[in-house]
Amino acid sequence: MTRVVLVDDHQMFRSGVKAELGDSVEIVGEAGDVDEAVEVIKATQPDVVLLDVHLPGGGGVEVLRRVTGAAGRRSGDGASPPETRFLALSVSDAAEDVIGVVRGGARGYVTKTISGPELTRAIGRVAEGDAVFSPRLAGFVLDAFAAADVPSIDPEFDQLTQREREVLRLIARGYAYKEIAKELFISVKTVETHVSSVLRKLQLSNRHELSRWAAARRLV
Amino acid sequence: MAIARTCDHLYVPETPSGADAAPVSPAAPRLERRAGGRLVGGVCRGLAEHLGLEPIVVRLAFAVLISAGVGVVAYVALWLLVPQHAEPEARRDRGQLFAYGALVGGLSLFSWGAGALNWAVWPVVAGGIGVGIIWQQADPERRQRWVRNTQAMWLRSIIGALLVIGGLIAFLAQKVHPGQAGQVLLGSTVVLAGFAVVVAPWLLRMWRDLDVERRERIRSQERAEVAAHVHDSVLHTLTLIQRNAQDPREVQRLARAQERDLRAWLYQPKADAEQDLAAAVRKISAEVEDHHGVPIEVVCVGDCPLDDRLGAMLQAAREAMVNAAKYAETSSLSVYAEVVGDEVAIFVRDRGKGFDLDGVPEDRMGVRQSIIGRMERNGGKVTIRTAPGDGTEVRLEMTRDRK
Repeated sequence: MTRVVLVDDHQMFRSGVKAELGDSVEIVGEAGDVDEAVEVIKATQPDVVLLDVHLPGGGGVEVLRRVTGAAGRRSGDGASPPETRFLALSVSDAAEDVIGVVRGGARGYVTKTISGPELTRAIGRVAEGDAVFSPRLAGFVLDAFAAADVPSIDPEFDQLTQREREVLRLIARGYAYKEIAKELFISVKTVETHVSSVLRKLQLSNRHELSRWAAARRLV
Repeated sequence: MAIARTCDHLYVPETPSGADAAPVSPAAPRLERRAGGRLVGGVCRGLAEHLGLEPIVVRLAFAVLISAGVGVVAYVALWLLVPQHAEPEARRDRGQLFAYGALVGGLSLFSWGAGALNWAVWPVVAGGIGVGIIWQQADPERRQRWVRNTQAMWLRSIIGALLVIGGLIAFLAQKVHPGQAGQVLLGSTVVLAGFAVVVAPWLLRMWRDLDVERRERIRSQERAEVAAHVHDSVLHTLTLIQRNAQDPREVQRLARAQERDLRAWLYQPKADAEQDLAAAVRKISAEVEDHHGVPIEVVCVGDCPLDDRLGAMLQAAREAMVNAAKYAETSSLSVYAEVVGDEVAIFVRDRGKGFDLDGVPEDRMGVRQSIIGRMERNGGKVTIRTAPGDGTEVRLEMTRDRK
């Protein structure tokens, strides 16, 4: 069973999530701030950390930095020995938060309005080393990589392939992976590969436009 | 926010605005400088309104007085002492300004005559302009502005100071005997230094107070805005939720609406739903969600300004959302709007019960007229994919006009 650590500064929300997840996963630890989270994660070595974006002590990005910082960024090929993977869970819709935490190393982003069964599925997917994209995250990525006319420094990471774009558009349109596979006549595994590859580009792309773009959306 | 707006309204009508209001009111308007319709500082216009005269009369009088010399002092004094009327600034009428300028110039030349040839006059004029520039910044309204734009303020102050110093040096060079120059310079320096020692701490403190006050004001404005928003919307919704506690559907609807509202306020850049596609799609989805109680997830990529054809497309999209919310028996809808180059596409998707497209009777207006007809009339395209038990996706596409 997937071993999960829950990091959120709201006790009420943590109990809610625990109740919703029920017996589908094993909750091995909880934390309410950055220091606590780093400690619990190091002590329990869980498969998946459900990570809140806004946390006292520096936020989810700080937890990511301190836990994965020494090991460097994960490539997510799933072949390396057991490692902790992060799924960001937040109420925030701000592009800055979403892009920030994914670039920090999270393997997915879901909003707190997600239903229990969906969350369980998302945790399972992240535990297997795949990426979890909500429609909104897919929209953000499409928007951020839209400026194709910008000369890129590193074409390998700075541009999306046609196929990746198609997959993202279908996610944004509300399609599940299975439906995307059917639509594009490819296997679910291939869909997952495409999404993981987008995630890597999102994490490794050097285009600083990405951060600037995300920050600019915050300006009111 | 509503509170702030109410306050603004309270302040505005106190003073009658516009020249035609003056003769009607029994008491003369307060003497205030007018930002609207002013030529230089709004002094003449304000004075004219106060005295019940035509502005041109007062302006001509000042032109004559200024040419004679005394008018300058009077004008500057009024500028500094008379408060400004709270109103938006209007552009100066450059034609009139030029005419009065020429008049003053001509009169000056006439009244000073040979005096203008006397070189002793020019240092005084240069110094006077410099002082004018520096003092102009002591105007409270202007000070607010130059606190914000410090670079321009320094530039103006330096130009003013240079003019003053240049004027003084030129004056001294002419009037003081070269042999005494050293002593005069020493004397002036001592006096100036003493003055600076006395005044500097006071100036510094004033500057700091101003800065602190400004920051405090910005902070309290922000606080007031947040408080007003939370009070207006969130507290009201919480009250409504308590009142409707027996009706889970209504509670969910209220919570969704409030969540959407708060999110938009917190995270989304302010956008005009009358002008931009993405904002309009969000607004329409919100309305349908509110009305039919089905949560709609909206994702927008790219944006473009609205026109009539895109307006029709939005209406079609709305119809598609309403249809899905009403008939699909689904728990949620996905709406995806995308602008790539000139291509605009909106997808409305549900995982509901779907329907047999061929089985839709000819007379069912919803799909045929409101969606397909509307799109085709505006040069757009509709693709509907559905099957019983397999959900529905309505895909609207249009090529945007480039202006």
